[in-house]
Amino acid sequence: MLYREAGDYKTSYAKDQQTFPIAFDRWGYRLTIAFAVLVVPFILNDYWTNAVVLPFLIYAIAAIGLNILTGYCGQVSLGSGGFMAVGAYAAYKLMTSFPELNIVFVILLSGGVTALVGMLFGLPSLRIKGFYLAVATLAAQFFLVWLFNKVPWFYNYSASGQISAPERSLFGYAVTGANAHPATSYLFCLGFVFVLAWAARNMTRGANGRKWMAIRDMDIAAEIIGVDPMKAKLTAFGVSSFYIGISGALLFAVYLGAAEVGEAFGIEKSFLILFMVIIGGLGSIFGSFAGAAFMILMPVLLKNIMVGQMGWPTDLASHFQFVIVGGLIIIFLIVEPHGLAQLWRLAKEKLRLWPFPH
Amino acid sequence: MKLTKLAALAVAATIAAGPVLAELVFPSLDYRTGPYAANGIPFADGYADYFALVNARDGGIGGVMTKVVACETGYNTEKGVECYESTKGMGALVYQPLSTGITYQLIPKATADGIPIHSMGYGRTSAANGKVFRNIFNYPANYWNGASIAVNHILDQEGGDIKGKTIALLYHNSAYGKEPIRTLEELSKKHGFKLSLLAVDHPGQEQKSQWLQIRREKPDYVLMWGWGVMNQVAIQEAANIRFPMDKFIGIWWSGSENDVLPAGDKANGYKALNMHNVGSDYPLYDDLKKYVYDAGNAAGAGDQSGTVLYNRGMYAAMLAVEAAKTAQKIHGVADITPAMMRDGMEALVIDEAKMTALGMPNFGPSFSVSCENHGGPGLGAVQQWDAAAKKWTLITDFGPSDMEVIGKLIAEDSAAFAAENNITPGCN
Repeated sequence: MLYREAGDYKTSYAKDQQTFPIAFDRWGYRLTIAFAVLVVPFILNDYWTNAVVLPFLIYAIAAIGLNILTGYCGQVSLGSGGFMAVGAYAAYKLMTSFPELNIVFVILLSGGVTALVGMLFGLPSLRIKGFYLAVATLAAQFFLVWLFNKVPWFYNYSASGQISAPERSLFGYAVTGANAHPATSYLFCLGFVFVLAWAARNMTRGANGRKWMAIRDMDIAAEIIGVDPMKAKLTAFGVSSFYIGISGALLFAVYLGAAEVGEAFGIEKSFLILFMVIIGGLGSIFGSFAGAAFMILMPVLLKNIMVGQMGWPTDLASHFQFVIVGGLIIIFLIVEPHGLAQLWRLAKEKLRLWPFPH
Repeated sequence: MKLTKLAALAVAATIAAGPVLAELVFPSLDYRTGPYAANGIPFADGYADYFALVNARDGGIGGVMTKVVACETGYNTEKGVECYESTKGMGALVYQPLSTGITYQLIPKATADGIPIHSMGYGRTSAANGKVFRNIFNYPANYWNGASIAVNHILDQEGGDIKGKTIALLYHNSAYGKEPIRTLEELSKKHGFKLSLLAVDHPGQEQKSQWLQIRREKPDYVLMWGWGVMNQVAIQEAANIRFPMDKFIGIWWSGSENDVLPAGDKANGYKALNMHNVGSDYPLYDDLKKYVYDAGNAAGAGDQSGTVLYNRGMYAAMLAVEAAKTAQKIHGVADITPAMMRDGMEALVIDEAKMTALGMPNFGPSFSVSCENHGGPGLGAVQQWDAAAKKWTLITDFGPSDMEVIGKLIAEDSAAFAAENNITPGCN
């Protein structure tokens, strides 16, 4: 009933190949965007922005980035935390060295720097695969964290090794720093999320995405039909690191405001992003959003229910939160190994036929 | 049916909430889980119990009840931000983040929101310059005082001359552990000792290579800036390589019962700094027993009473309550706002008479806070662990630190912060 295709005629190839071929989907997407841009900024307060919405948007970018590498190109990476650190420290160095530089370019350049670093650490992927590549990227994670701790130039020789984001504004509105209005930082991040997700969706539908998927499905076969594995793998590493670098820069500059590398960008962060991708669904842009929402919103929701509503002691609630989130992850993966995105796909299939399944 | 039920529930909830009573809210960003829980629990318990006592015995502060809002941070900065945002709307008067990383994060946010932060013996050291950090307080002592007090103690031990000696700093590789390095470097120039730096990564369970290095280099003294599980592991490792325990000195965050007990008898003689007195031999504890423990209102499991960090949590709460009283006096209002609380903290005076009246005679140093000096006098004592009696005892008086060196560093670092953030230093 919902998701009806009947009567939805396509008269051109472009229309036939659009991202949302079903009218119901298309309208849902447009309404979501309109809601996010026109309504959400007016109902946000400090708590919702800083505890829920900003981390969700920023981690969604990181999850899309890792999904490009792992989900679309099949290269496992455990270095996401380190690459986020590269983005954050690049943003810090750019912000402090060139105070005049517009914050949008700072974030984009940080992504660019991370892309270069990511391609460098992607080189081993030309020779090693699977678990062995995971270990190589793990080395990147530890090396980068060590580097940012060890070399004082990266944190401008500050006594504590902390980096803190100075205030920068866009069109006269503060975006970073403590005086940023919640709506401004939200719209700033939303802009990045929208453009990057849109680009990722179209990239993965185009020639590059098909090459990545060919490498993922069987690299020898892909090479025989003319896909250059070096180019495909390195572009995947580059694009993925660009996304992760941007998310690291936003995490530091807009969300946290101050960071230290071992605490903010440790190995836990790499696992967190990997879990987002696995739970959300490998090889799906929607899955990246769903995974980020699950991993970021669920703990906050559980905390608010257990401590705020039921008045449990904080330590008990915090332990239960681990149990519940862990249990949900296992249940989801048993029920649907392909992640939340696959659940969504199945739901859509069912809804197409509903209420007349036969 | 369902709707009416819901509506009835909603009405009942509103009635139950009733008229909003004035309350003084003191958020407690604590951690009872994770690798730092062993140290986070006693502090949080002490903090909560003191406020429970103030409510039960005195009927609150100036007639207004206090309320401690606990929020679990797990020593994690992202959760710390979430806790800050979720509690600041409740009228939070003062934040004690109990984590240097979270303190760094909250300094700009709290300054913009006009809420004071009290980072007692941690956080950003240069916040002692109240002309730049208007809302941040770190009295009665900070890390740089601690570093200097430790070096002074070593000077005492060695008869005033430590030229050519080696002092190793074993530190948590984070903002917290890196804070004392600059002061120690200055002091090493002044006194002519050699400083060797050994970083331990979060959470600090893996220290084999650092202690191997200590075994090889044989430093004369080891200073430690550790927290949580790192302390226990370090003391165990020191015992394993038979490092003389009386030459191993921890900062005040590395000197609680939970840190030394796992190493058993081998931890005997381990030293740590402290900014207040130890033990439970104070009239205040009789009140606590009468009004809090016996009433069944002790926070947590109630088994931390009298430990070093429990006392510190209590001390922090006492300073907050006294600051609130001062604020009430200045402004003549009982239900104070965060801005008034800030004024109270800036005008805080703690002397022996006040502490005796509170049932804590000789518990900590006397000091007063001013706009120029948010850091207090920077006094500290050295305590030593007696493994047989399972007791800490202070072995020195509250001694001064080298303010000549520290004052210069504070001025330098706070000026850099002021320049970075376009703050005009001043007291008005």
